[in-house]
Amino acid sequence: MIINHPLLGPRDSAEFVVLGDACLIDRPDGMNATFEELHDYAYVRDNPAGEHRELWYHEQGDRSWLVVTRSTLTHEVIKVDLARDVARARGRSR
Amino acid sequence: MRYSALRILKEGLTGNRGWQPAWREPEPKPEYDIVIIGGGGHGLSTAYYLAKEFGERKVAVLEKGWLGSGNVGRNTTIIRSNYLLEGNQPFYEFSLKLWEGLEQDFNYNAMVSQRGILNLCHSDPQRDAFVRRGNAMRLSGADSVILGPDEVRRMCPYLDHESARFPITGALWQPRGGTVRHDAVAWGYARGADQRGVDIIQNCEVTGFDIRDGRCLGVETAKGPIKARKVAMCVAGSSSRVAALAGMRLPIESHVLQAFVSEGLKPVLPGVITFGAGHFYVSQSDKGGLVFGGDIDGYNTYAQRGNLPVVEDVCEGGMAIMPMIGRARLLRMWGGVMDMSMDGSPFIDRTHVEGLYLNAGWCYGGFKATPASGYCYAHLLATGQSHETARSFRLDRFRLGAMIDEKGVGAQPNLH
Repeated sequence: MIINHPLLGPRDSAEFVVLGDACLIDRPDGMNATFEELHDYAYVRDNPAGEHRELWYHEQGDRSWLVVTRSTLTHEVIKVDLARDVARARGRSR
Repeated sequence: MRYSALRILKEGLTGNRGWQPAWREPEPKPEYDIVIIGGGGHGLSTAYYLAKEFGERKVAVLEKGWLGSGNVGRNTTIIRSNYLLEGNQPFYEFSLKLWEGLEQDFNYNAMVSQRGILNLCHSDPQRDAFVRRGNAMRLSGADSVILGPDEVRRMCPYLDHESARFPITGALWQPRGGTVRHDAVAWGYARGADQRGVDIIQNCEVTGFDIRDGRCLGVETAKGPIKARKVAMCVAGSSSRVAALAGMRLPIESHVLQAFVSEGLKPVLPGVITFGAGHFYVSQSDKGGLVFGGDIDGYNTYAQRGNLPVVEDVCEGGMAIMPMIGRARLLRMWGGVMDMSMDGSPFIDRTHVEGLYLNAGWCYGGFKATPASGYCYAHLLATGQSHETARSFRLDRFRLGAMIDEKGVGAQPNLH
Protein backbone atom coordinates (compact mmCIF):
# COMPACT_ATOMS: atom_id res chain seq x y z
CA MET A 1 0.00 0.00 0.00
CA ILE A 2 1.13 3.53 -0.75
CA ILE A 3 0.06 6.20 1.72
CA ASN A 4 -0.26 9.68 0.22
CA HIS A 5 1.19 11.65 3.08
CA PRO A 6 -0.26 15.20 3.04
CA LEU A 7 3.18 16.73 3.65
CA LEU A 8 5.66 14.20 2.22
CA GLY A 9 3.79 12.75 -0.74
CA PRO A 10 3.50 9.03 -1.52
CA ARG A 11 5.19 6.83 1.13
CA ASP A 12 5.45 3.06 1.51
CA SER A 13 3.10 1.63 4.14
CA ALA A 14 6.07 -0.22 5.68
CA GLU A 15 7.23 3.12 7.12
CA PHE A 16 4.11 3.30 9.28
CA VAL A 17 2.71 1.75 12.42
CA VAL A 18 -1.06 1.27 12.57
CA LEU A 19 -2.81 2.08 15.83
CA GLY A 20 -6.39 1.31 14.83
CA ASP A 21 -9.81 2.89 14.37
CA ALA A 22 -9.70 6.71 14.18
CA CYS A 23 -12.48 6.79 16.79
CA LEU A 24 -9.55 6.61 19.24
CA ILE A 25 -9.20 10.38 18.70
CA ASP A 26 -12.46 10.84 20.58
CA ARG A 27 -11.19 9.77 23.97
CA PRO A 28 -13.76 10.25 26.73
CA ASP A 29 -12.87 12.67 29.49
CA GLY A 30 -11.45 10.43 32.19
CA MET A 31 -12.79 12.66 34.96
CA ASN A 32 -16.39 12.55 33.75
CA ALA A 33 -16.82 9.49 31.54
CA THR A 34 -19.02 6.58 32.55
CA PHE A 35 -17.67 3.06 32.95
CA GLU A 36 -19.42 2.05 29.71
CA GLU A 37 -17.88 4.90 27.72
CA LEU A 38 -14.37 4.04 28.87
CA HIS A 39 -14.89 0.31 28.34
CA ASP A 40 -16.19 0.82 24.80
CA TYR A 41 -13.42 3.28 23.98
CA ALA A 42 -10.69 0.90 25.10
CA TYR A 43 -12.06 -2.45 23.97
CA VAL A 44 -14.92 -2.30 21.44
CA ARG A 45 -14.58 -1.56 17.73
CA ASP A 46 -16.91 -1.26 14.72
CA ASN A 47 -14.51 -3.28 12.52
CA PRO A 48 -16.44 -2.56 9.29
CA ALA A 49 -16.04 -4.32 5.95
CA GLY A 50 -15.60 -1.38 3.59
CA GLU A 51 -14.52 2.16 4.29
CA HIS A 52 -12.54 2.47 7.52
CA ARG A 53 -10.90 5.53 9.07
CA GLU A 54 -7.77 4.64 11.02
CA LEU A 55 -4.79 6.18 12.77
CA TRP A 56 -1.37 5.61 11.16
CA TYR A 57 1.88 6.81 12.73
CA HIS A 58 4.78 7.68 10.40
CA GLU A 59 7.41 6.13 12.65
CA GLN A 60 10.09 5.72 9.97
CA GLY A 61 9.41 9.20 8.59
CA ASP A 62 8.36 12.52 10.02
CA ARG A 63 6.60 10.92 13.04
CA SER A 64 3.30 12.56 12.23
CA TRP A 65 -0.03 10.93 13.02
CA LEU A 66 -2.33 10.49 10.02
CA VAL A 67 -5.98 9.61 9.62
CA VAL A 68 -6.05 7.21 6.67
CA THR A 69 -9.42 6.40 5.10
CA ARG A 70 -9.04 3.01 3.49
CA SER A 71 -11.17 0.18 2.17
CA THR A 72 -10.82 -2.98 4.25
CA LEU A 73 -12.12 -4.99 1.30
CA THR A 74 -9.70 -3.81 -1.41
CA HIS A 75 -6.88 -2.04 0.52
CA GLU A 76 -7.54 1.06 -1.61
CA VAL A 77 -6.40 4.23 0.19
CA ILE A 78 -9.20 6.74 -0.29
CA LYS A 79 -8.09 9.76 1.72
CA VAL A 80 -5.23 10.79 3.99
CA ASP A 81 -5.39 13.67 6.49
CA LEU A 82 -3.12 14.87 9.24
CA ALA A 83 -4.60 13.56 12.49
CA ARG A 84 -3.86 16.96 14.00
CA ASP A 85 -6.26 18.63 11.56
CA VAL A 86 -8.93 16.01 12.14
CA ALA A 87 -8.63 16.30 15.91
CA ARG A 88 -8.72 20.12 15.81
CA ALA A 89 -11.81 20.05 13.58
CA ARG A 90 -13.45 17.92 16.28
CA GLY A 91 -12.50 20.40 18.98
CA ARG A 92 -9.93 18.10 20.58
CA SER A 93 -7.12 20.63 20.86
CA ARG A 94 -6.27 24.30 20.93
CA MET B 1 -20.50 -46.12 5.36
CA ARG B 2 -17.50 -46.89 7.56
CA TYR B 3 -14.08 -46.34 6.07
CA SER B 4 -11.54 -49.09 6.69
CA ALA B 5 -8.72 -50.95 4.98
CA LEU B 6 -11.12 -53.83 4.37
CA ARG B 7 -13.55 -51.45 2.70
CA ILE B 8 -10.85 -50.14 0.35
CA LEU B 9 -9.95 -53.72 -0.56
CA LYS B 10 -13.55 -54.66 -1.19
CA GLU B 11 -14.27 -51.55 -3.27
CA GLY B 12 -11.05 -52.05 -5.19
CA LEU B 13 -12.12 -55.56 -6.15
CA THR B 14 -15.63 -54.51 -7.15
CA GLY B 15 -14.83 -51.53 -9.38
CA ASN B 16 -15.17 -48.83 -6.70
CA ARG B 17 -18.91 -48.66 -7.31
CA GLY B 18 -19.95 -48.57 -3.66
CA TRP B 19 -18.52 -45.20 -2.58
CA GLN B 20 -21.04 -42.56 -1.66
CA PRO B 21 -20.81 -38.79 -1.08
CA ALA B 22 -19.41 -38.08 2.36
CA TRP B 23 -22.38 -35.91 3.32
CA ARG B 24 -25.88 -35.08 2.07
CA GLU B 25 -26.95 -31.76 0.56
CA PRO B 26 -30.27 -31.15 2.30
CA GLU B 27 -32.62 -28.20 1.92
CA PRO B 28 -33.13 -26.31 5.18
CA LYS B 29 -36.09 -27.32 7.34
CA PRO B 30 -38.24 -24.48 8.73
CA GLU B 31 -37.14 -25.14 12.30
CA TYR B 32 -34.22 -26.57 14.28
CA ASP B 33 -33.25 -26.83 17.92
CA ILE B 34 -29.81 -25.39 17.23
CA VAL B 35 -28.61 -23.46 14.18
CA ILE B 36 -24.86 -23.00 13.82
CA ILE B 37 -23.76 -20.12 11.60
CA GLY B 38 -20.52 -21.00 9.83
CA GLY B 39 -19.44 -24.27 8.24
CA GLY B 40 -15.74 -24.00 8.97
CA GLY B 41 -13.70 -26.21 11.23
CA HIS B 42 -15.15 -24.87 14.48
CA GLY B 43 -18.77 -24.85 13.26
CA LEU B 44 -18.57 -28.38 11.93
CA SER B 45 -16.84 -29.73 15.03
CA THR B 46 -19.49 -28.01 17.18
CA ALA B 47 -22.21 -29.77 15.19
CA TYR B 48 -20.35 -33.09 15.41
CA TYR B 49 -19.95 -32.99 19.18
CA LEU B 50 -23.51 -31.70 19.69
CA ALA B 51 -24.81 -34.76 17.86
CA LYS B 52 -22.31 -37.29 19.17
CA GLU B 53 -21.61 -36.28 22.75
CA PHE B 54 -24.71 -34.32 23.71
CA GLY B 55 -27.41 -36.20 21.79
CA GLU B 56 -28.79 -33.17 19.93
CA ARG B 57 -30.79 -34.40 16.94
CA LYS B 58 -32.16 -31.26 15.27
CA VAL B 59 -29.05 -29.29 14.36
CA ALA B 60 -28.21 -27.35 11.21
CA VAL B 61 -24.95 -25.78 10.03
CA LEU B 62 -25.40 -22.81 7.68
CA GLU B 63 -22.44 -21.98 5.46
CA LYS B 64 -22.24 -18.93 3.21
CA GLY B 65 -19.86 -20.53 0.71
CA TRP B 66 -18.74 -24.14 0.61
CA LEU B 67 -17.59 -26.30 3.50
CA GLY B 68 -14.21 -25.35 4.82
CA SER B 69 -13.86 -22.42 2.39
CA GLY B 70 -12.48 -20.17 5.10
CA ASN B 71 -9.64 -20.39 7.57
CA VAL B 72 -9.75 -24.15 8.10
CA GLY B 73 -8.22 -24.42 4.63
CA ARG B 74 -5.98 -21.35 4.90
CA ASN B 75 -3.86 -22.06 7.99
CA THR B 76 -0.45 -23.67 8.45
CA THR B 77 -1.92 -26.86 9.99
CA ILE B 78 0.01 -26.78 13.28
CA ILE B 79 -1.32 -28.32 16.49
CA ARG B 80 0.27 -27.71 19.88
CA SER B 81 -0.53 -26.92 23.50
CA ASN B 82 2.34 -24.72 24.59
CA TYR B 83 0.55 -21.79 26.17
CA LEU B 84 1.41 -20.15 29.47
CA LEU B 85 -1.70 -18.78 31.14
CA GLU B 86 -4.17 -20.70 33.23
CA GLY B 87 -7.13 -19.49 31.17
CA ASN B 88 -5.62 -20.90 27.97
CA GLN B 89 -3.32 -23.85 28.55
CA PRO B 90 -5.80 -26.47 29.93
CA PHE B 91 -8.11 -25.70 27.00
CA TYR B 92 -5.39 -26.21 24.38
CA GLU B 93 -4.19 -29.37 26.11
CA PHE B 94 -7.78 -30.66 26.03
CA SER B 95 -7.74 -29.86 22.31
CA LEU B 96 -4.48 -31.73 21.75
CA LYS B 97 -5.90 -34.76 23.53
CA LEU B 98 -8.94 -34.64 21.24
CA TRP B 99 -6.61 -34.43 18.21
CA GLU B 100 -4.83 -37.56 19.40
CA GLY B 101 -7.99 -39.63 19.22
CA LEU B 102 -9.71 -37.75 16.45
CA GLU B 103 -9.22 -40.04 13.46
CA GLN B 104 -10.52 -43.11 15.29
CA ASP B 105 -13.34 -41.03 16.74
CA PHE B 106 -14.72 -39.69 13.47
CA ASN B 107 -13.43 -42.50 11.22
CA TYR B 108 -11.59 -40.27 8.78
CA ASN B 109 -7.94 -39.96 7.89
CA ALA B 110 -6.96 -36.46 9.00
CA MET B 111 -3.25 -37.31 8.86
CA VAL B 112 -2.66 -36.21 12.45
CA SER B 113 1.12 -36.32 12.73
CA GLN B 114 2.73 -35.67 16.11
CA ARG B 115 6.13 -34.76 14.77
CA GLY B 116 6.90 -32.26 17.52
CA ILE B 117 7.22 -28.49 17.78
CA LEU B 118 10.50 -26.80 18.60
CA ASN B 119 10.44 -23.22 19.94
CA LEU B 120 13.97 -21.87 19.66
CA CYS B 121 15.38 -19.42 22.19
CA HIS B 122 18.28 -17.06 21.66
CA SER B 123 19.19 -15.62 25.04
CA ASP B 124 19.32 -16.67 28.68
CA PRO B 125 16.22 -14.68 29.74
CA GLN B 126 14.27 -16.20 26.88
CA ARG B 127 15.35 -19.65 28.00
CA ASP B 128 14.17 -18.82 31.53
CA ALA B 129 10.80 -17.76 30.09
CA PHE B 130 10.58 -21.05 28.19
CA VAL B 131 11.37 -23.02 31.34
CA ARG B 132 8.50 -21.24 33.05
CA ARG B 133 6.23 -21.95 30.09
CA GLY B 134 7.31 -25.57 30.00
CA ASN B 135 6.38 -25.91 33.67
CA ALA B 136 3.00 -24.28 33.04
CA MET B 137 2.42 -26.79 30.25
CA ARG B 138 3.23 -29.68 32.56
CA LEU B 139 0.82 -28.38 35.19
CA SER B 140 -1.98 -28.87 32.65
CA GLY B 141 -0.81 -32.39 31.86
CA ALA B 142 0.94 -31.49 28.62
CA ASP B 143 4.45 -32.61 27.70
CA SER B 144 7.42 -30.26 27.46
CA VAL B 145 11.16 -30.71 27.20
CA ILE B 146 13.84 -28.07 27.60
CA LEU B 147 16.70 -28.69 25.19
CA GLY B 148 20.20 -27.31 25.39
CA PRO B 149 22.08 -25.94 22.37
CA ASP B 150 23.85 -29.25 21.67
CA GLU B 151 20.60 -31.18 21.57
CA VAL B 152 19.07 -28.62 19.20
CA ARG B 153 22.16 -28.90 17.00
CA ARG B 154 21.83 -32.68 16.84
CA MET B 155 18.15 -32.41 16.00
CA CYS B 156 18.44 -29.62 13.41
CA PRO B 157 22.04 -29.31 12.18
CA TYR B 158 21.09 -26.94 9.33
CA LEU B 159 19.95 -24.03 11.53
CA ASP B 160 22.21 -21.03 12.03
CA HIS B 161 23.38 -21.97 15.52
CA GLU B 162 26.31 -19.56 15.74
CA SER B 163 24.62 -16.42 14.47
CA ALA B 164 26.38 -13.44 16.04
CA ARG B 165 23.11 -11.65 16.68
CA PHE B 166 20.77 -14.52 17.58
CA PRO B 167 22.73 -17.63 18.58
CA ILE B 168 20.53 -20.60 19.51
CA THR B 169 20.81 -21.10 23.26
CA GLY B 170 18.24 -23.87 23.52
CA ALA B 171 14.65 -24.68 22.83
CA LEU B 172 11.30 -25.62 24.29
CA TRP B 173 10.23 -28.85 22.64
CA GLN B 174 6.76 -30.33 22.71
CA PRO B 175 7.01 -33.81 21.15
CA ARG B 176 3.21 -34.22 21.04
CA GLY B 177 2.74 -31.12 18.87
CA GLY B 178 2.64 -31.55 15.12
CA THR B 179 0.60 -31.04 11.99
CA VAL B 180 -2.74 -32.18 10.61
CA ARG B 181 -4.18 -32.33 7.10
CA HIS B 182 -6.42 -29.29 7.56
CA ASP B 183 -9.07 -29.83 4.85
CA ALA B 184 -9.61 -33.38 6.06
CA VAL B 185 -10.52 -32.00 9.47
CA ALA B 186 -13.45 -30.09 7.97
CA TRP B 187 -14.45 -33.06 5.82
CA GLY B 188 -14.18 -35.57 8.65
CA TYR B 189 -16.26 -33.47 11.04
CA ALA B 190 -18.81 -32.74 8.29
CA ARG B 191 -19.17 -36.42 7.47
CA GLY B 192 -19.40 -37.40 11.13
CA ALA B 193 -22.02 -34.72 11.85
CA ASP B 194 -24.02 -35.57 8.74
CA GLN B 195 -24.10 -39.27 9.66
CA ARG B 196 -25.64 -38.29 12.99
CA GLY B 197 -28.43 -36.31 11.36
CA VAL B 198 -26.99 -32.78 11.24
CA ASP B 199 -28.17 -30.81 8.19
CA ILE B 200 -25.20 -29.08 6.57
CA ILE B 201 -26.52 -26.37 4.27
CA GLN B 202 -24.03 -24.74 1.94
CA ASN B 203 -24.47 -21.53 -0.08
CA CYS B 204 -26.80 -20.27 2.63
CA GLU B 205 -25.69 -16.88 3.89
CA VAL B 206 -27.26 -15.53 7.07
CA THR B 207 -28.63 -12.07 6.31
CA GLY B 208 -30.26 -11.20 9.63
CA PHE B 209 -31.53 -12.35 13.02
CA ASP B 210 -35.08 -12.60 14.25
CA ILE B 211 -34.70 -10.96 17.64
CA ARG B 212 -37.80 -10.05 19.65
CA ASP B 213 -37.89 -8.84 23.25
CA GLY B 214 -34.22 -9.64 23.73
CA ARG B 215 -34.67 -13.19 22.52
CA CYS B 216 -33.30 -14.74 19.33
CA LEU B 217 -35.98 -16.81 17.61
CA GLY B 218 -34.17 -17.65 14.40
CA VAL B 219 -32.24 -16.33 11.41
CA GLU B 220 -32.99 -14.85 8.01
CA THR B 221 -31.01 -16.58 5.29
CA ALA B 222 -30.50 -16.59 1.54
CA LYS B 223 -32.74 -19.67 1.55
CA GLY B 224 -35.51 -18.12 3.65
CA PRO B 225 -36.15 -17.76 7.39
CA ILE B 226 -35.18 -20.58 9.74
CA LYS B 227 -36.50 -20.82 13.29
CA ALA B 228 -34.24 -22.02 16.07
CA ARG B 229 -34.28 -22.37 19.85
CA LYS B 230 -30.62 -21.51 19.91
CA VAL B 231 -28.46 -19.73 17.34
CA ALA B 232 -24.68 -20.16 17.50
CA MET B 233 -22.35 -17.76 15.68
CA CYS B 234 -19.12 -19.46 14.65
CA VAL B 235 -17.64 -17.28 11.94
CA ALA B 236 -14.17 -16.22 13.11
CA GLY B 237 -12.73 -13.74 10.62
CA SER B 238 -16.17 -12.25 10.00
CA SER B 239 -17.50 -12.23 13.57
CA SER B 240 -17.92 -8.44 13.70
CA ARG B 241 -19.96 -8.45 10.48
CA VAL B 242 -22.34 -11.20 11.59
CA ALA B 243 -22.63 -9.88 15.16
CA ALA B 244 -23.45 -6.43 13.73
CA LEU B 245 -26.60 -8.00 12.22
CA ALA B 246 -27.65 -8.68 15.82
CA GLY B 247 -26.79 -5.14 16.87
CA MET B 248 -23.58 -6.13 18.65
CA ARG B 249 -20.14 -4.51 18.63
CA LEU B 250 -17.30 -6.86 19.55
CA PRO B 251 -13.83 -6.43 21.08
CA ILE B 252 -12.37 -7.64 17.79
CA GLU B 253 -10.53 -6.30 14.74
CA SER B 254 -10.16 -8.31 11.51
CA HIS B 255 -6.59 -8.69 10.29
CA VAL B 256 -4.87 -10.73 7.59
CA LEU B 257 -2.28 -13.42 8.29
CA GLN B 258 -0.21 -14.59 5.34
CA ALA B 259 1.22 -18.06 4.80
CA PHE B 260 3.62 -19.49 2.27
CA VAL B 261 4.58 -22.84 0.80
CA SER B 262 7.68 -23.74 -1.19
CA GLU B 263 8.02 -26.27 -3.98
CA GLY B 264 8.12 -29.90 -2.85
CA LEU B 265 11.47 -30.98 -1.39
CA LYS B 266 12.88 -34.18 0.07
CA PRO B 267 12.26 -34.65 3.80
CA VAL B 268 14.41 -32.17 5.68
CA LEU B 269 12.46 -30.82 8.68
CA PRO B 270 11.56 -33.28 11.43
CA GLY B 271 8.74 -31.16 12.84
CA VAL B 272 7.66 -27.58 13.39
CA ILE B 273 10.37 -25.01 14.12
CA THR B 274 9.75 -21.50 15.41
CA PHE B 275 12.30 -18.66 15.45
CA GLY B 276 12.46 -16.99 18.84
CA ALA B 277 13.90 -13.64 17.80
CA GLY B 278 11.64 -12.77 14.88
CA HIS B 279 8.26 -13.92 13.79
CA PHE B 280 8.88 -16.99 11.62
CA TYR B 281 7.77 -20.60 11.85
CA VAL B 282 8.12 -23.47 9.43
CA SER B 283 7.16 -27.09 8.97
CA GLN B 284 7.27 -29.49 6.05
CA SER B 285 4.09 -30.91 4.59
CA ASP B 286 3.77 -34.56 3.66
CA LYS B 287 3.99 -33.50 0.01
CA GLY B 288 7.38 -31.96 0.79
CA GLY B 289 6.59 -28.27 0.64
CA LEU B 290 8.03 -26.04 3.34
CA VAL B 291 4.99 -24.39 4.93
CA PHE B 292 5.90 -21.19 6.72
CA GLY B 293 4.52 -17.93 8.00
CA GLY B 294 5.05 -15.05 10.38
CA ASP B 295 3.25 -12.04 11.72
CA ILE B 296 -0.08 -10.49 10.75
CA ASP B 297 0.03 -7.48 8.43
CA GLY B 298 -1.20 -5.16 11.15
CA TYR B 299 -4.05 -3.18 9.56
CA ASN B 300 -7.79 -3.92 9.52
CA THR B 301 -8.77 -5.92 6.47
CA TYR B 302 -11.27 -8.43 5.17
CA ALA B 303 -9.31 -9.07 1.96
CA GLN B 304 -7.82 -12.56 1.98
CA ARG B 305 -4.46 -11.27 0.83
CA GLY B 306 -1.65 -9.31 2.41
CA ASN B 307 1.09 -6.94 1.32
CA LEU B 308 4.78 -7.23 0.50
CA PRO B 309 6.40 -5.69 3.63
CA VAL B 310 5.30 -8.70 5.70
CA VAL B 311 6.48 -11.09 2.97
CA GLU B 312 9.90 -9.49 3.28
CA ASP B 313 9.79 -9.69 7.09
CA VAL B 314 8.88 -13.39 7.05
CA CYS B 315 11.60 -14.22 4.51
CA GLU B 316 14.18 -12.29 6.55
CA GLY B 317 13.20 -14.36 9.57
CA GLY B 318 13.59 -17.53 7.54
CA MET B 319 16.98 -16.54 6.21
CA ALA B 320 18.15 -15.54 9.69
CA ILE B 321 17.43 -18.89 11.31
CA MET B 322 17.52 -21.36 8.43
CA PRO B 323 19.75 -19.96 5.67
CA MET B 324 19.22 -22.96 3.39
CA ILE B 325 15.60 -21.88 2.91
CA GLY B 326 16.99 -19.29 0.50
CA ARG B 327 17.55 -22.10 -2.03
CA ALA B 328 13.88 -23.08 -2.03
CA ARG B 329 11.52 -21.49 -4.50
CA LEU B 330 8.19 -20.17 -3.29
CA LEU B 331 5.25 -21.97 -4.81
CA ARG B 332 2.21 -20.27 -3.31
CA MET B 333 1.26 -17.63 -0.78
CA TRP B 334 -2.13 -16.71 0.58
CA GLY B 335 -3.86 -14.86 3.39
CA GLY B 336 -6.61 -15.62 5.86
CA VAL B 337 -8.75 -13.15 7.79
CA MET B 338 -8.35 -13.37 11.57
CA ASP B 339 -10.56 -12.22 14.42
CA MET B 340 -7.88 -10.39 16.42
CA SER B 341 -9.30 -9.89 19.89
CA MET B 342 -8.28 -7.24 22.39
CA ASP B 343 -6.23 -9.62 24.54
CA GLY B 344 -5.26 -12.22 21.96
CA SER B 345 -7.60 -14.87 23.37
CA PRO B 346 -10.92 -16.23 22.08
CA PHE B 347 -14.56 -16.09 23.16
CA ILE B 348 -16.92 -19.02 23.75
CA ASP B 349 -19.88 -17.49 25.50
CA ARG B 350 -23.53 -16.51 25.45
CA THR B 351 -24.45 -12.96 24.39
CA HIS B 352 -26.77 -10.32 25.83
CA VAL B 353 -29.48 -11.72 23.51
CA GLU B 354 -31.10 -14.83 24.96
CA GLY B 355 -30.62 -17.85 22.72
CA LEU B 356 -27.76 -16.24 20.78
CA TYR B 357 -24.24 -17.57 21.35
CA LEU B 358 -20.80 -16.49 20.23
CA ASN B 359 -17.66 -18.40 19.30
CA ALA B 360 -15.08 -15.90 18.01
CA GLY B 361 -11.78 -14.12 18.49
CA TRP B 362 -9.42 -16.98 17.64
CA CYS B 363 -6.68 -14.62 16.46
CA TYR B 364 -4.18 -16.68 14.46
CA GLY B 365 -4.46 -19.74 16.71
CA GLY B 366 -7.81 -21.17 15.73
CA PHE B 367 -6.80 -24.30 13.86
CA LYS B 368 -5.19 -26.14 16.76
CA ALA B 369 -8.26 -25.30 18.84
CA THR B 370 -10.76 -26.82 16.38
CA PRO B 371 -11.71 -29.96 18.37
CA ALA B 372 -11.87 -28.32 21.81
CA SER B 373 -13.57 -25.20 20.47
CA GLY B 374 -16.32 -27.38 18.99
CA TYR B 375 -16.55 -29.56 22.08
CA CYS B 376 -16.71 -26.64 24.52
CA TYR B 377 -19.16 -24.69 22.35
CA ALA B 378 -21.37 -27.79 22.08
CA HIS B 379 -21.13 -28.17 25.86
CA LEU B 380 -22.30 -24.58 26.35
CA LEU B 381 -25.11 -24.90 23.80
CA ALA B 382 -26.38 -28.23 25.09
CA THR B 383 -26.00 -27.83 28.85
CA GLY B 384 -26.11 -24.07 29.31
CA GLN B 385 -22.83 -24.28 31.25
CA SER B 386 -19.32 -23.44 30.09
CA HIS B 387 -16.97 -26.40 29.78
CA GLU B 388 -14.42 -26.40 32.60
CA THR B 389 -11.52 -25.64 30.23
CA ALA B 390 -13.31 -22.75 28.49
CA ARG B 391 -14.67 -20.79 31.46
CA SER B 392 -12.24 -17.95 30.97
CA PHE B 393 -13.30 -17.23 27.39
CA ARG B 394 -16.02 -14.83 28.51
CA LEU B 395 -17.23 -12.03 26.30
CA ASP B 396 -17.41 -9.65 29.28
CA ARG B 397 -13.89 -10.31 30.56
CA PHE B 398 -12.69 -6.79 29.70
CA ARG B 399 -15.46 -5.40 31.84
CA LEU B 400 -14.32 -7.66 34.68
CA GLY B 401 -10.61 -7.05 34.24
CA ALA B 402 -10.11 -10.77 33.58
CA MET B 403 -8.15 -10.53 30.34
CA ILE B 404 -6.12 -13.51 29.11
CA ASP B 405 -3.21 -11.64 27.61
CA GLU B 406 -0.46 -14.19 26.77
CA LYS B 407 1.84 -11.53 25.34
CA GLY B 408 1.01 -8.82 27.84
CA VAL B 409 0.68 -6.05 25.25
CA GLY B 410 -2.75 -4.74 26.23
CA ALA B 411 -5.75 -3.81 24.12
CA GLN B 412 -3.85 -3.56 20.83
CA PRO B 413 -5.07 -6.35 18.53
CA ASN B 414 -2.31 -6.02 15.93
CA LEU B 415 0.37 -6.69 18.56
CA HIS B 416 -1.05 -10.00 19.82
